[in-house]
Amino acid sequence: MDLELSPEHQAFRDSVREIAQGVVRPLAEEVDRDHRFPVEAITTATESGLMGVLIPREYGGAGLDAVAFAVCIEELAQACASTAVIVDVHTSVGTEPILLFGDEEQKRRWLPRLARGEILGAFALTEPSSGSDAASLQTSARRNGGGYVLNGSKVFITNIGRAGLYVVFARTAPDERAAGITAFLVPGDAPGVRVGQVFDKMGLNGSPTGELLLENVSVPEANRLGREGQGFAIAMRALDSGRIGISGQALGIAQAAVDEAGELMRANGHERSKSDEDVLDPLAGQGDDFSLADMATRVGSARLLAYNAAWRCARGLSFTREASMAKLHSTDTAMQVALDALQIAGEEGAGAGSPFERHVRDAKALQIYEGSNQVQRFVIARDLLRS
Amino acid sequence: MDFELSAEQVAIRDTIRELVQDRVAPRAAEIDQKGEYPKDIERLFAENGILGIPFPEEYGGISGLSVTICMGIEEIAKACASSSLILAVQALGSYPILVAGTEEQKKRMCPPLASGERVAAYALSEPGSGSDAAAMQTRARKVGSEYVLNGTKQFITHGSVAGTLVVFAQTDGGSDHRSISAFVLERETSPWKVEKLEHKLGIRGSPTAQIVLEDVKVPAANRLGEEGAGFKIALAVLDRSRPGIGAQALGIAEGAFAYALNYVKEREQFGQAIASFQGIQFMLADIATQIEAARHLVFQAATKVDSRAADLTKIAAMAKLFASDMAMKVTTDCVQLLGGYGYITDYPVERMMRDAKITQIYEGTNQIQRVVIARALLR
Repeated sequence: MDLELSPEHQAFRDSVREIAQGVVRPLAEEVDRDHRFPVEAITTATESGLMGVLIPREYGGAGLDAVAFAVCIEELAQACASTAVIVDVHTSVGTEPILLFGDEEQKRRWLPRLARGEILGAFALTEPSSGSDAASLQTSARRNGGGYVLNGSKVFITNIGRAGLYVVFARTAPDERAAGITAFLVPGDAPGVRVGQVFDKMGLNGSPTGELLLENVSVPEANRLGREGQGFAIAMRALDSGRIGISGQALGIAQAAVDEAGELMRANGHERSKSDEDVLDPLAGQGDDFSLADMATRVGSARLLAYNAAWRCARGLSFTREASMAKLHSTDTAMQVALDALQIAGEEGAGAGSPFERHVRDAKALQIYEGSNQVQRFVIARDLLRS
Repeated sequence: MDFELSAEQVAIRDTIRELVQDRVAPRAAEIDQKGEYPKDIERLFAENGILGIPFPEEYGGISGLSVTICMGIEEIAKACASSSLILAVQALGSYPILVAGTEEQKKRMCPPLASGERVAAYALSEPGSGSDAAAMQTRARKVGSEYVLNGTKQFITHGSVAGTLVVFAQTDGGSDHRSISAFVLERETSPWKVEKLEHKLGIRGSPTAQIVLEDVKVPAANRLGEEGAGFKIALAVLDRSRPGIGAQALGIAEGAFAYALNYVKEREQFGQAIASFQGIQFMLADIATQIEAARHLVFQAATKVDSRAADLTKIAAMAKLFASDMAMKVTTDCVQLLGGYGYITDYPVERMMRDAKITQIYEGTNQIQRVVIARALLR
């Protein structure tokens, strides 16, 4: 049993940390305040090869595993949660379906461009009336000559408007639920692809989220991913490893909150209080000490759960239940820890531009997207009761 | 124990409820987005006597009871937490006068506040003195029949819009809690400077000001209580105002829950309303139970304010602590119940979640409430 990252993973983590702390973090406040896409951060991530972490070297990627992916997102999120989710969605649900289910021609055509960051990937599953119940989606893909015509609207799409390629899930058989869904590769500039409303959100303000409208979009058969009817399975598999990335994002936000709360306490001379004789002195501060201890303990346990899921994925072992547990626990942890850190910071921390209030706004999204935490519980319970 | 409202209180509540429904709720999202103080809502509350709730009839008001104040704050906060502070801070800024003022001071200062002609604010915190209020640096020097005030006050809710400001300062060259005194500043004769306004996570329509006092002259007739009585006054005020913050938290939680409850009944997934799923039902049950528990604690505390109960300090701290922690948890869960829609600003619950956080922090952080409760238990 070895719970340490390998020397290679550690070296990779250090290299990501340098970029994250050096380039990404200084932008975080402004990106949030101005609701702007972190172009410089994504450019740096691209130049450093972080857009192709999971893509094999033969297709121009770094050829690293799920553990490296989790570590990468964690380090980015520690600096800027918006940047982290842009890279995460691109790398996992935006790219992995091609890696896992694409034919050789599709891989050669798309993966090198995605790996080099020439185009950004995105994942279009959710619809206005089809969220947790993904199998009920209504976007249609009608056969038309040698290809398909797609019609429908997708909602809550991360990287909206920025993506060069959307993995779109549409219905090829109207009367079947999950078995009637097929996956397609739809370029962002294909005729009929439009960006609808881009949402104003509580947090993750640097990461655009919005509606993808498909109006008579012609998709050649060569852009169908997998078989007709295989789409739902592709989506579920993509989300399994996507949840490893979201766990990493949660760990990054939570770790940043713990570190910043600790820094603030040290700056306020908190360690002096340990020798204080009067435990009733409001400045004795044991309450904040205990809160910090709980926060760090929660993050530590969440990290082990997340790395376990990533490790199982990298080893080729089953990891659906573990990824759901990791996503559930790490995102609940991020929410709680972000709130606790803001509580320690007090009124100063509630001011806009303070990292503490930003972490709270950012963390909430993680309990919701890539399967709400209610869906994770459902996945975990079903898996437990089936075996 | 009797939490039944009197006929007058029911009438006041119904009036507020109607005004909130018609005039406040439709403005709430805009108030948050623009981050502007809703002067129109302040005028609406003034015209309808709502700003008179904190005052007994003899001083121009309509109640003066904490139960009525809490009820009003709760009703407004259901729709707009920023607007609820217009009443809550009117009460906070007036309590020092009602608690420690002479008959002459009350007769002179209260009627313009009760009519809503002026709004009040309360300036205790300083940049270097938050939870440790006794460490304040603002000084008041006696010169003839006046005091001259110098210092900086931090996080003063409505400090920029108030006409009447209660300021706590060190007198007689002292530097601990025994030398703090309380003063009532009127903007026209004792002008203070607003140094900056904070941009905040929530309650964005309620301006939070940093205030600078530079040789501000205050007549000695505007000192509340004796010199050195200020700290006691501040604590007595907080005992009375904390149930109000509990009521604000309660209202925010109720507003978010009412919206989420309606949503889960209408939102369909897997061919049925998501309210039919047990996982959702358990969340609803937990939320409703927590709200109910908080409501009882808040109104018990308010009742104790009105009866001047001996254990008021402890129960008021418990009400503020429990209701605000409850509101944070409940609003976070209500965003969850709306899923992705909960996270976008087209829907009101993310605003309510952002608004809830401050209730755990101001008028004594929840860490301070725990200290207060523990002290009461151990002494």
